[in-house]
Amino acid sequence: MSEQFTPNNPLPQGAPVPDEIATFSAAVEEEIDGHLAKYPVKRSAILPLMFIVQRERGYLDKPGVAYLADRLGVRITDIWEVATFYSMINTEPVGKYHLQVCRTLSCKILGADKITGHCARRLGIRPGETSADGQFSLSEVECLGSCGTAPMMQIGFDYYENLTTERVDELIEKCRGGQLSNGVR
Amino acid sequence: MFIGAIGCEPLQLARVGLERSQSLETYQKHGGYEALRKVLGGMSPDDVIGEVKKSVLRGRGGAGFPTGMKWSFVPKDSLKPKYVVCNADESEPGTFKDRYLMERDPHMLIEGMLIAAYALGSKAAYIYTRGEYRYLIEIMERAIEEARAAGLVGEKILGTDFGCEVYTHTGAGAYICGEETALLNSLEGLRGHPRMKPPFPAVAGLYGCPTVVNNVETLTAVPDIIKMGGEAYHKLGTEKSGGTKLWSVSGHVNRPGVYELPMGYADMEKFIMEDCQGISNGRKLKAVIPGGSSVYIMPASDIEGRSVKMDYEGLVAAGSSVGSGGFIVMDDTVDIFESTKNLTEFYKHESCGWCTPCREGTDWLVKVFKRIARGEGKADDAQLLLDLCDNIEGKSFCPLGDAASWPIQSAIKKFPEDFRRHLMPLASGNGDQTLSTM
Repeated sequence: MSEQFTPNNPLPQGAPVPDEIATFSAAVEEEIDGHLAKYPVKRSAILPLMFIVQRERGYLDKPGVAYLADRLGVRITDIWEVATFYSMINTEPVGKYHLQVCRTLSCKILGADKITGHCARRLGIRPGETSADGQFSLSEVECLGSCGTAPMMQIGFDYYENLTTERVDELIEKCRGGQLSNGVR
Repeated sequence: MFIGAIGCEPLQLARVGLERSQSLETYQKHGGYEALRKVLGGMSPDDVIGEVKKSVLRGRGGAGFPTGMKWSFVPKDSLKPKYVVCNADESEPGTFKDRYLMERDPHMLIEGMLIAAYALGSKAAYIYTRGEYRYLIEIMERAIEEARAAGLVGEKILGTDFGCEVYTHTGAGAYICGEETALLNSLEGLRGHPRMKPPFPAVAGLYGCPTVVNNVETLTAVPDIIKMGGEAYHKLGTEKSGGTKLWSVSGHVNRPGVYELPMGYADMEKFIMEDCQGISNGRKLKAVIPGGSSVYIMPASDIEGRSVKMDYEGLVAAGSSVGSGGFIVMDDTVDIFESTKNLTEFYKHESCGWCTPCREGTDWLVKVFKRIARGEGKADDAQLLLDLCDNIEGKSFCPLGDAASWPIQSAIKKFPEDFRRHLMPLASGNGDQTLSTM
C-alpha cells in the first residue's frame, strides 16, 4: 500500500500549493493543540478544528481549509470531503444570527411551520437564505433532541424552546439590538 | 416538562432534581463513585462483565443488544489498545433522554464509562456528542476536569494501578453518526459512512482496535448495576428486559417529559392517559410512535384496552418496538400521510449516500410523497411506496434504510384511510388495489 494515502503523511510531491493559508492567534493555536492532544491520530480532530475555524473566520473558507490540511497533515480534498458531509459545517458565509428551526415530527405537529413562517416574514428571507445585511440566516433543520419542549429553534449553539410567535418576535428584536448572544463558540 | 420515575424508585433519574446536581460533591453525597470504588476494591474485569450480563441490561440506543454480551466480545488477549466510546449522538426523532442525563448528572456517565473501561482493559474513552449539543460538551468537560482533580480520571485512579482518560468529541450534524460504525469513522475524522460488519467494533473498531460503543443511557445504568448487583437490577424489569428504561415523551400529551419506568410497565394506555395526563386540548388519541421515528407506528386501537406492556417483548407483541424510547403521541388532528411524509424527508436528508438503495430510494420516496401532496397522486402510489420500501429494506450496510422503510410500511398498513384520502381524487376504477385489500 502506498504510504501517501495514509493520514498524517506529508502532502505528496507536486501537490498544488494553496494560495493563502489562514493564521490564528496564539490562544487559538493553543486551543487547537488541546484538541490534537486528545487523539492518537491527528485527523480525528478534524471536526473540532473545523468548528474553531468556522468560529474565527465566519465559515470554512479556502484559507481555513488549507490551514486544516496543513495542520492535520492531510490533503485539501480530504478536508472538503469531510466538510461537505456534515450539515453544521458552513462552506458558505452565514448570517451573524443563524436561526435554525426544527422541522421534524414532534415540532411539526406542535407548530414548527408557524414558527418558520413567522421568522421568514419578520426577517424577509426564506429558509436557506441570508439577509442582505448579513445579520440573519434562516434554516429548517432536522430533529435537535428538544421534542418535549417543542416547537424550538437553535440560534448558533443556543437552544430556544417552547416557542410562540411572541417569543420569536422578542428574540429577533434582541438580535437586532445586539442584546442576544449569537450562540457561536 | 416532567422528569422523573413512575412505578419504580428512580435510578438513572435519582439525582436530576437535586440542587447543583452536576457537581461532584452532590454526586458523591448521593452514592456517586461508590460503584467505581467497589469495582477497583476487588472485582476482576470478568466479575464486572458477569454482573452486567446478569443484569440483562440491553443497549438503550435502539437496537437492544445485550450489553454484557457486547462487552464479552472484546478479545482479552489483544495487544492493541482498547477503547470505550459513548454514543451521545442522540438524533433519533422523538428522543431526548440522553440530553437530560448529561445535563443533570454528568458524573454518572463518567463513572459508567470508567467501569466499562476497567472491565475491558481500556485506557482511553471518548464521548461522541452530537454537534448541536455543544452545551452538553461544555458540561461534560467541566465534570471531567472536576473528576480529574479528585483523582477519579487520569492515571492511578483512586490510588490503584487502573488509569483511564475520558475525552469529549463533537459531531457536526449527521444522524447517521448514531450508527456505531459510522460514529467510529466520524471519530477517525472521516465522513460518517457505516462500515461493513463483520468485523464488529468489539474486534476492530476505533483505529482498527477493539472498541465498545454504548449509548449514554446504557453506560449510566452500569453504576447502579454494580452497586445493587446484576440480579437485583434484572428483577426491576422482566425476564428478558432488565432494569428500568427512560421514555422521552413528546407530541400531543398534557405532560411531555422524560419518564423512567420499570421494564414491563403496564400498560401503555394508562401511561398516556394518567401518567402523561392525557391528550392535550381534550382531543382523542390517534397514534403513537413508541420508540423513535424508526419503529412501526401504532394506531390507538392497538393500544386502548390492549394492556400493552412497555418492554422489548411487550412492544413486539403489540406490533412495534422499544427502539430508543422516543415516544411520540399524535392526536386525531394529525394526518398520518403528512406525518409519514415528514419522517421520510428526514431520512432522505440523513441518508449518508453510501448505499445506493438507501440514497436513491429515500430520494425517490420523497418525490412520490411530494407529488401526492401536490394533489397528483395516482391510484397505485401506495403500492409504489411499498415497492420502493421493499427495495431499500435490508439492502444497505446499516439500518438507516430499514428505518426509512418501516414507518411507511406500517403507516400504509395501519392508516390506509389517510393515504386513500390523498390518492382517491384521481383514482380510477380498480387501480387502488393496495389500499382496498388492506
